[in-house]
Amino acid sequence: MIHARGLVKTFQTRQGREKTEVEAVAGVDLDIAEGEVVGFLGPNGAGKTTTLRMLTTLLRPTAGEATVAGYDVVRDAVQVRRSIGYVSQTGGTFSGARAGEEVMDHGMLYGRSRKEVEARGRELFAQLELDGLWNRMPKTMSGGQKRRLDIVMGLIHEPTLVFLDEPTTGLDPQARANLWQHIADLRRRRGATVFLTTHYLDEADALSDRIMIIDRGRIVAADTSENLKAQVAGDLVDLEIVDESQRAIAVEKLGSIAEPPRHGLPGVEVDGTHVRARLQRAGRAIPGLLRDLDRSSIALDSIEVHRPTLDDVFLTLTGRSLRDAEDAAEAAAAAGDPDVPDPAEAPTGDSSAAPAHDETHAYTRTGADQ
Amino acid sequence: MRFLRDSFIVFRRQLRMNLRNPAWVIIGALQPVLYLLLFGPLLTPLVDQFGVDNAYTFFVPGLLVQLGIFGAFFAGFSLIGEWREGVIEAERVTPASRTALLVGRLGRDVLQLFVQALILVALGYVMGMNASIQGLAIGVVLTLLIGGACAAASNALALTTKSEDVMAPVINMVMMPVLLLSGILLPMTIGPQWLQDASEFMPIRHVVDAVRGSFVGDFAMSTMMWGTVWTLLLFGLALWWGTRTFRKENA
Repeated sequence: MIHARGLVKTFQTRQGREKTEVEAVAGVDLDIAEGEVVGFLGPNGAGKTTTLRMLTTLLRPTAGEATVAGYDVVRDAVQVRRSIGYVSQTGGTFSGARAGEEVMDHGMLYGRSRKEVEARGRELFAQLELDGLWNRMPKTMSGGQKRRLDIVMGLIHEPTLVFLDEPTTGLDPQARANLWQHIADLRRRRGATVFLTTHYLDEADALSDRIMIIDRGRIVAADTSENLKAQVAGDLVDLEIVDESQRAIAVEKLGSIAEPPRHGLPGVEVDGTHVRARLQRAGRAIPGLLRDLDRSSIALDSIEVHRPTLDDVFLTLTGRSLRDAEDAAEAAAAAGDPDVPDPAEAPTGDSSAAPAHDETHAYTRTGADQ
Repeated sequence: MRFLRDSFIVFRRQLRMNLRNPAWVIIGALQPVLYLLLFGPLLTPLVDQFGVDNAYTFFVPGLLVQLGIFGAFFAGFSLIGEWREGVIEAERVTPASRTALLVGRLGRDVLQLFVQALILVALGYVMGMNASIQGLAIGVVLTLLIGGACAAASNALALTTKSEDVMAPVINMVMMPVLLLSGILLPMTIGPQWLQDASEFMPIRHVVDAVRGSFVGDFAMSTMMWGTVWTLLLFGLALWWGTRTFRKENA
């Protein structure tokens, strides 16, 4: 459905009198099959939106080529536009116009008849829980309603391929969860291919069949969430010991079965009474570890096991955490640093990363006798 | 056909938004009316020096062009609001022609100008203006074309600057010499020679002269020709600039 080879986009930025060329996308290859939901994950400024804007014909690639729904994004731009739905970060409805009229006008620009777009629009309003808001102005809607209205705009001409750019940025957790359901519905109900960009780890994890991680304009990994996590060296085990003086022994015991440090991930970490390390198949290793600690009379306050997160994957692949990358991008943007690779990707809402989605299994012990 | 349909969809949407918030239309129409009522009487005792019979036959054509230029140059402000809310990007990702996205908006601006022109002309007649219907029709058409050109340039400027704060001073900077050197308020012929010479380089002066000439039924070849040529040239250039901006990547 989407194929790209060597996609490059460079921008000219100016600082005072000095012109700098910034490579926002530095050679992206990607293949997305029909019916797939693919999450394009990366920090702000990684090149997500620029890539998406090239695939949706809004930006002309500096180099490389891409076909979307079988059409070349440069030569057959109009055919590409006919075939895709696009929901941008900023929406697409005017806040002072009536929602239903905006949707109808938008649908008619795809050559659909007035009657057809009205019927389709009302059906989508019902499906996306916007009943009764047909005549409302977007400025009077909640953030979640407004975002669902943006999705209606993107679906009004019944595309089978939908691009969503940061669909839940700036929404509260409840509205995000609600929108996720609707995005998941896109495929279940319509069999649509969905390409969504996000800097939220949990969003990519929850919605995507496959995740592509982009950093500094290059795709650094593309696989299912599970396979990506499997590349990370094991589960994170966090021991909280009662007596800090026993820390050295705990470090030795945990270190003897832990994964060695690699790919930017540390070996055994110590933080006050906490001793942390990564273990392969922690579920199997923990009973033996507990017995070992018990024999050494080390009392534990708690033990927690964290499954690898996409942040761990990002750290493994790039040597920095996704949130650090976000902070660096934002700091550089604030300082006008031309290294920020994506001028088209200014954050428009809440730019902080959401808490990473991790599966935590906690066991609590109060003494070494357990 | 498709182009006309797309243009009409954009035009209707723009018109609907204008009618929902008619403050600008009213303010736009009120401005020339105030000029006519409050400035016109000052010209009456001076008409002999202008070499014309009637102050309003002289003044209304100038005001028409002023309305066409000034009103239309502010059209871009609403476009910045639309751009900010993602409307332009949403339209650009549809298969609609980029020219249609601009032409639909120009249609709204030209219609608004036409209504304002009718009000102005009607009021001019009430106040004693003496113009032939034929000349008046030609004058209004030239005004609509120059207004369309200014609206297209304003839209292009809006999508280039994307900031009201930048656009306002730029418009002021352009408008001031246009107002002073085109003979809208007073004829350039009463000024010193150097000022007259300077005004020769102001294209809008030729448009004003042509509209003024058509009102009094003076279809002298050179005046009409220069006015029409400049109007068409400016219209073509502005339409090209506007379409190019709508096509541009970062629009």
